[in-house]
Order: sequence, then C-alpha cells, then structure tokens
Amino acid sequence: MSDTIKNIEEKSGVVVISTNGYFNNIAGDAVLEVFNQKMESGNTKFLIDMADSKVVNSIGVSILIEIIEKLQAVDGKMAFTNLAGIVEKTFNIMGITKYCEVYESIEVGIEKLS
Amino acid sequence: MKNPEVELKLPVIPDIELTATKTAEVISKHMNLSEEKTGEISMAIIESCINAFEHSKTKEIYIHFIVSDDKLTVKVIDRGTGFDKSKVEIPNIENKLKADARKRGWGLQLVAELMDTVEYDSNESGTTVTMTKKKENNE
Repeated sequence: MSDTIKNIEEKSGVVVISTNGYFNNIAGDAVLEVFNQKMESGNTKFLIDMADSKVVNSIGVSILIEIIEKLQAVDGKMAFTNLAGIVEKTFNIMGITKYCEVYESIEVGIEKLS
Repeated sequence: MKNPEVELKLPVIPDIELTATKTAEVISKHMNLSEEKTGEISMAIIESCINAFEHSKTKEIYIHFIVSDDKLTVKVIDRGTGFDKSKVEIPNIENKLKADARKRGWGLQLVAELMDTVEYDSNESGTTVTMTKKKENNE
C-alpha cells in the first residue's frame, strides 16, 4: 500500500483499487503497479474507486490508457466508481469512458463486472 | 474589493499546481461561479501549469487571475523556450491505444474543452496562455 492507494481488495473476482489524493503520475504508477501484480495472478476485472481522488491530471490519467491497452489484450475490463464531476468530464474528453464504464458505487461496479 | 486581481509566482516543484487550484477555488467562490465551472477552471490551470513545467524548461511560472463582472481571466505565463502550437498533434484515444504509442499529450485539448476561450502567445522568450470562463447572469 502507498500514500496514493488507500485500499486494495478482491470481491467476486473483481479487484477494487481505491485511490487517495491527487491522481498524478505517482498515483497512476501506483495503480499500474497493483494492476500488473494482479494481472500476473490472473485477475482481469478491475474497479477503480476514486472517491478520495477529486483532482487528477492528464499524466496520471494517461497511465490508465496503458492499463486499458493491456486489458484489451486479455479481454479484461476496467471500470470506475465514485468519480467527481470534473474527473468524469476529463475521462470523457480523453475518451476513457468509451472503453470503461462508470458506476455509482463500489457495490454496483462489482455486480456489473463480476 | 469587487474585481480583484491575484498574482502567483510558482517555483517548479512537484504538485505546486495545486496551490493555483486552491486560489482558483477561492476566486470562483468570490465570483459565485458554479462548482462545475470551478472544477473546469482548476483542471485547465493544472494542465497549463504541467505544460509549462514540462516543456518550457523554466524554473518558475506566473499565474494571474483577473476578475471582471462577466468572466474570470486566467493567464499562465512562463519565460521559457516557447512552442509552436500548430505542431501539436490533436490526441485521440484510438491512436493512443496502439502499441508503443505515447499515451500522454492531452493538455492543450483538455484546456480547449474546459474553458470558454483559450489563446496562446508563444515565442523564444516564453509563453502566455490566456483563458477565460464566462460568468452566467444567474451566477
């Protein structure tokens, strides 16, 4: 666990990664590291909970594009939950939401992904 | 003071752009701008700061907030190397998802979409980004 990752848990085959604070390159790399570890263990479904990351920058979000690319290769899925309005708008502009669903809660995200 | 001006001088240190977003939040509140617009202004400032830090090779940047009755104007100024905006590729995620493609390069696009107007004045002695967010009559 790092300052930028608040929690990691696995429920119904979905890895839920809860981020913390400013989602910049450091936070993006931290999520990527967890993702890579879980992918190696066979996980292909990921839910990113950003309830405590109300501010992002495009460098951090760009790292999520790398994760989408890796998941496409294994027919995996990533989704998001608890996005602040400006974070969801940023994801829309960058096209992230063309490839990843946004759910209103962790519970709904797990249900839809599993 | 009804229409204040605020000037910040920021050194290039990690996450210093958040100082500017805190200032933007205070000014937006003073102007009664919506939470949505405040978020958009903050995000545009973050991206403009990052562009300046990464590309201008400068050690500090200046941010001016100019409040008027009908809009907020934000200037992000660096005295670095400048850039040619016409040579900046418009990003799209389909291209970014191609293997080995550079995933970054979204800053200008985000600023353009989040603000009402954006102008770049760039030459060999620096860059000034001037962006505005309109204030609606009911705000």
